[in-house]
Amino acid sequence: MKVYSWGRLSGEPHAVSMLASAGSLPALADGQRALPHGMGRSYGDSCLNPQGTLWKTTALDHYVSFDPESGLLVCEAGVLLRDIQRTFIPRGWILPVTPGTQLVTVGGAIANDVHGKNHHVHGSFGDHVRQLRLLRTDGSVIECGPEQNAEWFAATVGGLGLTGVITQACLQLRPVAGPWMETETCPYHSLDDFFQLADTSEAQWEHTVSWIDCMSGSHSRGIFMRGNPAAADISQPEPAAKALTVPLVPPVSLINPLSLRPFNAAYFHAQARKSGRRIQHYAGYFYPLDNLLEWNRIYGPRGFYQYQSVVPRHVGQDAVAAMLKEITRSGAGSFLAVLKTFGNRQAVGMMSFPQPGVTLALDFPNKGASTLALFQRLDAIVREAGGRLYMAKDARMPRDLFEAGYPRLAEFLNYRDPGLSSALSRRLIGY
Amino acid sequence: MSTMRKIVIVGATSAMAEHCARLWLQQGVDEMVLIGRDVQRTERVAADLRVRAPQCRIETISSDFLQPEAIARTVDQACNTINPDIVLIAHGSLPEQADCQQDLQQNRAALEVNALSPVLFAEAFATHLEQAGQGKLVLIGSVAGDRGRKSNYVYGAAKGLVTRYAQGLQHRFAGSRIQVLLVKPGPTDTPMTAHIKSSGAKLASVEQVAANIVSGVARGKMVIYAPAKWQLIMLIIRHLPRVIFNQMNI
Repeated sequence: MKVYSWGRLSGEPHAVSMLASAGSLPALADGQRALPHGMGRSYGDSCLNPQGTLWKTTALDHYVSFDPESGLLVCEAGVLLRDIQRTFIPRGWILPVTPGTQLVTVGGAIANDVHGKNHHVHGSFGDHVRQLRLLRTDGSVIECGPEQNAEWFAATVGGLGLTGVITQACLQLRPVAGPWMETETCPYHSLDDFFQLADTSEAQWEHTVSWIDCMSGSHSRGIFMRGNPAAADISQPEPAAKALTVPLVPPVSLINPLSLRPFNAAYFHAQARKSGRRIQHYAGYFYPLDNLLEWNRIYGPRGFYQYQSVVPRHVGQDAVAAMLKEITRSGAGSFLAVLKTFGNRQAVGMMSFPQPGVTLALDFPNKGASTLALFQRLDAIVREAGGRLYMAKDARMPRDLFEAGYPRLAEFLNYRDPGLSSALSRRLIGY
Repeated sequence: MSTMRKIVIVGATSAMAEHCARLWLQQGVDEMVLIGRDVQRTERVAADLRVRAPQCRIETISSDFLQPEAIARTVDQACNTINPDIVLIAHGSLPEQADCQQDLQQNRAALEVNALSPVLFAEAFATHLEQAGQGKLVLIGSVAGDRGRKSNYVYGAAKGLVTRYAQGLQHRFAGSRIQVLLVKPGPTDTPMTAHIKSSGAKLASVEQVAANIVSGVARGKMVIYAPAKWQLIMLIIRHLPRVIFNQMNI
């Protein structure tokens, strides 16, 4: 069947089968390679294996055990982060790190070592994995964690499913008073303001992130959002989960030069009006887009790219300014533009994306050559700044930028499972 | 939810049954008995449900699903453990039609597990519910049981037998406090249908189907199509004149 990743750039045929048991993998025909696949929320080609096999992990959705004293949860790898939040927040435990969608599997969160808005306090998802079980296509089973088979663990966290199939994980949850967040929204009008807000917020606020209006040129206005879990439980009725679905793929991208400028301006002013403190439900705060199902369709039949980079902090402001300038100059633009600082810590995975610095994530409708040409100019800025691109978002980065950004690649290759391969691994690592 | 405190599930490792169990546990269940063929797989489901609802007592029974004596014994054991308000009989397997045509052994196995086994369980539970004087007996049929089709008639015939059996039980318990409910799911995205999915068919999500079943059971609907659109689709398919039906490749 045709399978798309979140960016919907290509829909190529795959042989898809669902893993029914966490105990063993189906046999592979000679020369055939497979790839574990969860919710398909990676934007580019890291979750695709065209002409090959995908093993869907979403039926591996069982909890195994939970210790209410320690907060240690053992679960199969196909469990959704959404289900963990819904099951355990009412009992006083929360995932320490969550990305901007909860519709991803635990296995996918580990394989991409995903991050959230609280990187400066809690690092990335892999920092909270105590153990995981890896099933290799040769039939062997490897249990690993920060202390046990630590090298296998470091290869698998952020390893894009290429070291084996993660079937089970032990996660450390974190105590939480309830489902509410205390948040504050602060409009800013320059990159200087952004960095000042980021620096002054990190000590007091667990979560920091900002939306940036990339059409605003050198004045780089945006909305800085910070939040903390509300200290005591607040007795407010929880909002009912109301989800809308984008019903069809429009013939052209709804995000285009005509719509974007007024769209961004309207969004900026609407958010700026809400500036100040308030109490928000965790789902609306962490996962604003999860209530708009299949929102990726708004970019039309050609799909979209996401470009997410991280550059070191000391060159961060200049690099971000240069990238925004390139984008403005190109006339392409992005609505979902996110700017955030990472904390000063190294990730556990050899191929993990987060590193100390500042990360900028941008969506671009796919307009073919002109979009790719813009990316080349952005690549040059990232390369010069000594940064890297996020593989979970990538569909096109050049090999030299990949190799420069991920210096532990050679080490990682020792842990690959020769029976597993993805479009991304073939593009960037040869098989 | 005072009427749904004790639940028995046969075929508890089926994805549909599991998702019904998760929804029922969210609504509050005191005790649950899970019956499955394979001890390990049934325990895996039980462990999951215990994490989801630590306050609920969850027991497992593993049983042969074809031997009448084993079925009677298992049902006795389940009903000695709890006095169920709801019994869900959910097991089944989707055979390859072509295999069943070529191999009578496989054909028979498909008929046994999809037709004989569930109705023997249903009969045994009906006796217990009759003695208790109340309860809901929920059987999983299929839209495939509504009209024989060349692509799927072995499975369809088995589910057709379940349909008639449920009708008979409904007639028998009419006017009593025992309700017999028949669920007819459309093609659903579960490990059982993985081979259909790989050919690109659009399947309903198992969460959606389970939500339809749980709400239908709460309302006491005698026939629950899940998702509901299948009621209309099957109404049309059942009534299509043979001239047209015979030209369809379904």
